[in-house]
Amino acid sequence: MGKKILIITPSSIAARGLESILDDAGEFEIIGMLRDLSPSAQTRLHKLSADAVIIDPAVFDFASRGNARALLSEWTDGAVLAFAGGPADEEHLRQWDGTISFYDEPATVIRKVHAALENRADAPKNEGEELSSREKEILVCVAKGMLNKEIADCFNISIYTVITHRKNITRKTGIKTVAGLTVYALLNNLIDVADFD
Amino acid sequence: MKKERHPLSASMKIADLVDFNFNLLGVLTRLGIGFGFGDETVEEVCRRTGINANTFLLICNVYSFDGYRPSSDVLREIDLRDIVRYLRRSHAFYMDVAVKSLADAIQQVIEPCDERRKRIIRSFFTQYKDELSRHFEYEENTVFPYVEAVLGHADHPGFTILQYEENHTNVEEKLSDLKNIVMKYLPPECDNKQIFNVLYYIHSLAEDLEKHTAIEDEILVPVVGRMEDNG
Repeated sequence: MGKKILIITPSSIAARGLESILDDAGEFEIIGMLRDLSPSAQTRLHKLSADAVIIDPAVFDFASRGNARALLSEWTDGAVLAFAGGPADEEHLRQWDGTISFYDEPATVIRKVHAALENRADAPKNEGEELSSREKEILVCVAKGMLNKEIADCFNISIYTVITHRKNITRKTGIKTVAGLTVYALLNNLIDVADFD
Repeated sequence: MKKERHPLSASMKIADLVDFNFNLLGVLTRLGIGFGFGDETVEEVCRRTGINANTFLLICNVYSFDGYRPSSDVLREIDLRDIVRYLRRSHAFYMDVAVKSLADAIQQVIEPCDERRKRIIRSFFTQYKDELSRHFEYEENTVFPYVEAVLGHADHPGFTILQYEENHTNVEEKLSDLKNIVMKYLPPECDNKQIFNVLYYIHSLAEDLEKHTAIEDEILVPVVGRMEDNG
């Protein structure tokens, strides 16, 4: 069965267009189309557990748009792509797992959905109490004093994903400060003490 | 908060107070109340030692009831000088006694570790200690003199108590990190009994610091704020 895709946009034209492009590719299953994020829509979003959500950031009001990706993580574990109909704020676009433009060719749309799904597969999961190998890599960067943005660029992931990794690292280790995480990394031989002399 | 929920009163015997909450022993010491108080009540001891009894009871309440927030009526009846004196003495206690005991306990627990690990843990602890000490110094050199100036109606240009939004978070987080590192990640060659000692010292220090912060946030800041408003 194909990857499950959910589309959220107030525009029927956009929704139908995306549906048709994804349908033609033959490898996706459109499991729902929502017009907004009303409480009932939130419940559906949660229940449908989509592999990827394509959302028009216009469903968020301006104040919450910058934080939209984090809000959505309340209801879905899937990859989230923004569908930007009009001009969008560069900063806001950075939070998404991918962005689809109104003018993208069908092949580009498919490629972007694939990329977002792949990226998401690599994203933090809540399973287990041991640090995953990706979490260890990120911990090392934190210990070396790298900023979230630098870490994001280094691994080619979104800042949002970096923050989720960091939250999970702190949840698992119980250690919050950078200095404390550095001690953890050193004691567990994740980094060499020589790096700090 | 209703009065009956806080059964500490001026007519209580000091000895009963300590029975009620053993941690108040530290409060007594820091207020300069030594042992040998016999059957004296709170009121009698306070009169003898020159401490405002309301202030004394307020500090005891903060220490005994989590989340205790004094009413503005209670705050009107205290002497801020006693509060500042108490906070200063607490600082001295933390640095000279509590942190020192913790440092000794850590030194012992890491003794069997290799040099590399010893250095890592020692350096983290030193960072914590320096941060705590800088925090106290700021209060002693800037905040408390300001409070004393306000109390003495002296000029105190360029500072208000609102600026004292001192951030306790980082020192608290570092101590909590230290607890987790010691509890979860020390190498197996470390002695269990000594790890327990370290955790015990961390826990008492963290608990005391929490009450200390509550006294600053719930008593010092609002009372001084009110005095500023009244000119």
